[in-house]
Amino acid sequence: MDKYIEMIRIRFLMMLAYRTNYYTGILIYSINIGAYYFLWKAIYGGKETIEGLSVLQMTTYVAVAWMARAFYFNNIDREMAMEIKEGKVAVELIRPYNYLTMKTMQGLGEGIFRLLFFSVPGMLIVSLIFPIRFSADIYTWALFFVSIILSFFINTQINLLTGMTTFFLFNNTGLIRAKRVIIDLFSGLLLPLSFFPEGIQEVLKFLPFQGISYVPSMIFTSGFSSSETVQAIFLQGIWVLILIVPIQALWILAKKMLVIQGG
Amino acid sequence: MKNAIEVQGLRKEFKSYSSRSGLKGAFRDLFSRNYKVLHAVNDISFSVKQGEMVGYIGENGAGKSTTIKMLTGILTPSAGEVMVNGMNPHKEREAFVQTIGVVFGQRSQLWWDIAVQESFRLLKKVYKVSDEEYDRHMGHVIQTLDIGPLLDKPVRKLSLGQRMRCELAAALIHNPPLLFLDEPTIGLDVLVKLKIRDFLKEINEKYNTTILLTTHDLTDIEALCDRVVMLDEGNIIYDGALQSLKETWGEGKEVQFQFMENVEITDLEKLTRDLPVKWELEEKEQRFIAYTTDEADAVSNLIGTVISSFQIKDVKIMEVSTEEIIRKIYEKGEV
Repeated sequence: MDKYIEMIRIRFLMMLAYRTNYYTGILIYSINIGAYYFLWKAIYGGKETIEGLSVLQMTTYVAVAWMARAFYFNNIDREMAMEIKEGKVAVELIRPYNYLTMKTMQGLGEGIFRLLFFSVPGMLIVSLIFPIRFSADIYTWALFFVSIILSFFINTQINLLTGMTTFFLFNNTGLIRAKRVIIDLFSGLLLPLSFFPEGIQEVLKFLPFQGISYVPSMIFTSGFSSSETVQAIFLQGIWVLILIVPIQALWILAKKMLVIQGG
Repeated sequence: MKNAIEVQGLRKEFKSYSSRSGLKGAFRDLFSRNYKVLHAVNDISFSVKQGEMVGYIGENGAGKSTTIKMLTGILTPSAGEVMVNGMNPHKEREAFVQTIGVVFGQRSQLWWDIAVQESFRLLKKVYKVSDEEYDRHMGHVIQTLDIGPLLDKPVRKLSLGQRMRCELAAALIHNPPLLFLDEPTIGLDVLVKLKIRDFLKEINEKYNTTILLTTHDLTDIEALCDRVVMLDEGNIIYDGALQSLKETWGEGKEVQFQFMENVEITDLEKLTRDLPVKWELEEKEQRFIAYTTDEADAVSNLIGTVISSFQIKDVKIMEVSTEEIIRKIYEKGEV
């Protein structure tokens, strides 16, 4: 376990190695949240509520969704694709650790870093400018944290799956981009899932994406009743377990098929 | 003593896809693709004893790297038995890699953006090396390779020679009994090469470390290895002492002449027609090279005959170099 914790530390160092990235990161998050805030204000116009959410709940939803995204989002799929394409994966395989676990830990290091150093300062800036209502309830905060940790795992598992397809496709830039758009849309980052047409909502219930963004944001904005909350977190946990199966299967297959590119 | 590496009938096949030509061909490729099965490594068998230093040589694409990747557990063999340090590399990968060190000359194992010592620290944790052991062993390694002042620099700021020395140190953090070096001296200057060679010799003596080395620089092999395994198109064509390879292939002597006046090669050939000599002219430097046999009087006869007829500026007598021998073998494709 020591080595995996050390990897989180290394990831912190790597994130700190490029300062400009860090500062622009905070700026981009603030701008994103600001843009969605004004967009939603315009959509609401004079209306009190849409689909059961008030303007204040909506803006909080947007802010929280982005804050959670800082934590669960990572680029390990793109990194894996690069490592496989350039043959660097050979070096990973001569080390006594599990490549996928190590990648997950790198993602976690990145997530914790972003949460502490992007989201928190970003939120402070945003909350000075826009009215956002943070829950004072410790219980809500605790559930929210459990929920975003599960979000992280679901998103990372999907990233691992996408990354591993490089072993078979050799070039999957398009797939990675498509995956990103699908997650942003179907996870409820851009728009709460209750805004989708009934039929699509039914389908989305059977997909893992809502567990990435919709669930933690709804928990935080108190959009869920307490029984709904428990059910949603339980469902997130189930998805984390289910996704282990295709990951292991693909990994075993990938190791057999592995071709190290570039000598 | 137990063998460090034991390979029996090892084989690796790759599917190699070829693209059809033209736009029409490209569309057809979307549905079905042509491929050939390539035998990168073809039924090879050999074994290496603990503490041996073996040079693994061959032309580009002969299958050297593929073999190393199978021996280190990265690639799964298509067929054959591999036992390294008493384990099956790809089946028990995580336990197995704990017992080996690998340096890929063309790939970095260190993390690009962070200081070297941070990479070392991570590897120390990864290989579960205790603090005392690290200080004792790595202290010495760092001193011998002279990388102390580089430790706080990020890898991207190091020169190739500096980086290679750090890579070597990184591969030795857990003091493995077996070391794989895949072209460790590629692109390095003479001084760094010498330093690395001395260091490898030292750890081999001190810890009885087995070293398998692939390189295109035969001086590395000459300096380090008593034994060479030569690969050609996936087959082992020679496995034995470097010295005996030299003795069988290094027959003949080479004598270089430079003359004071202008000489035609036909004159020389006419002059020495009774001797077992073949002449060659090196246009660029106006040097004439005579290849003759190993017999005791061949060289003196040749020089005597030539000197009696022409005025000479310079003469050099040379043995056939290892490089020359290997070139001849590669060209012929067998030993």
